[in-house]
Amino acid sequence: MISLTHFLVVSACIFCIGLYAVLAKRNTIMILVGIELMINAAILNFVAFGKYDKINYGGQVFALFAIVLAAASVAVGLALILNVYRHFKTINPQDIHELKD
Amino acid sequence: MTIESLLFYAFACMAIVSALLLVNIRNTARALFLLFIVLFAMAGLYLFALADFIAITQILVYVGGVLILLIFAFMLSNKELLNDLQSTSKHFISLPNWQALVLAFAFLGVMVYSYISWSQHMPQWIAQSEAKGSIILPTDNNIKALGFKFMTQYVLPFEIISVFLMMALIGAAHVSRKEDDI
Repeated sequence: MISLTHFLVVSACIFCIGLYAVLAKRNTIMILVGIELMINAAILNFVAFGKYDKINYGGQVFALFAIVLAAASVAVGLALILNVYRHFKTINPQDIHELKD
Repeated sequence: MTIESLLFYAFACMAIVSALLLVNIRNTARALFLLFIVLFAMAGLYLFALADFIAITQILVYVGGVLILLIFAFMLSNKELLNDLQSTSKHFISLPNWQALVLAFAFLGVMVYSYISWSQHMPQWIAQSEAKGSIILPTDNNIKALGFKFMTQYVLPFEIISVFLMMALIGAAHVSRKEDDI
C-alpha cells in the first residue's frame, strides 16, 4: 500500500516542473505542455485522495472531468496559437505584444 | 521493500526525470515525444491509486488526442524552431531563466514541507473511512461503480461537461477558420 504522502510529493514535483515550463519557456506550445503537466499533477492528487472515498467516488469522477477540461483547453489553445502564428509569424510570447494589426 | 513500492518508485522516477528532460531540451519535437513518456508514466501512477479507468482514459485522451494535436500545431508553426536554435546561448546554465527556477523551487519547497507536516494529522474523513474499511480495494469493480455514479449522483456535472466540451470544440473550429469565408 503506497501512502498518501508519496503521491502528494510526486505530484508536487510534476507541478513545479510544469510551473517552470510555463514561466521560462519562449515557445507557446511548450507553455501549453507545462499547463498540461500541472493539470496532470492535479489529477494525480484527485485520484490519490479518491482512494479513500468509496461511497461517493468523488476523486475519480472529478479526475475524469479534469481530463475532459484539459482536452478542451488544449483544443482552444492550439486554435489560438495557429491564429496568432498566422498573424505574427511567431509564437514567442515576448514578441506578441500588439493588439492591432 | 515490496514489489509494489518498487514499481511505484520506478514509475515516479520515470515521470519526474523525463519531465525534467522535457523542460531542458531545446528541440520541441523531442520535448513533445518526452511528454508521451511522462503521460504514460502518470497513467501508471494512477494505477497505483487503484484508478484503472482513469489510467485508460488518460492514455486514450492524452496520448491519442492531445499529443497528436500538439504535434500538429508544432508542425504547422515550426519556423519558430530555427529562431530558437539560433538564439541559443552558449552558457551552460542560461541566466535569464533563474527567476523561474527560483520560483519553481520555492513553490516545491513550500508544497513538500506542508505535505510532510500535514501527514501527521490527516483530515477526519480519511481516518474514518480507514477505520470503517471503506477504502477502494484492488478487488473492487471500479468501472461498474463509476458508471452508476456518472448516471445517478453526478449526472448534472456530466451533462454540463458534455455541453462545455461541445462549446469548446465549436469555438476552436470557429477560431481556426480562414478569415474570408464566414
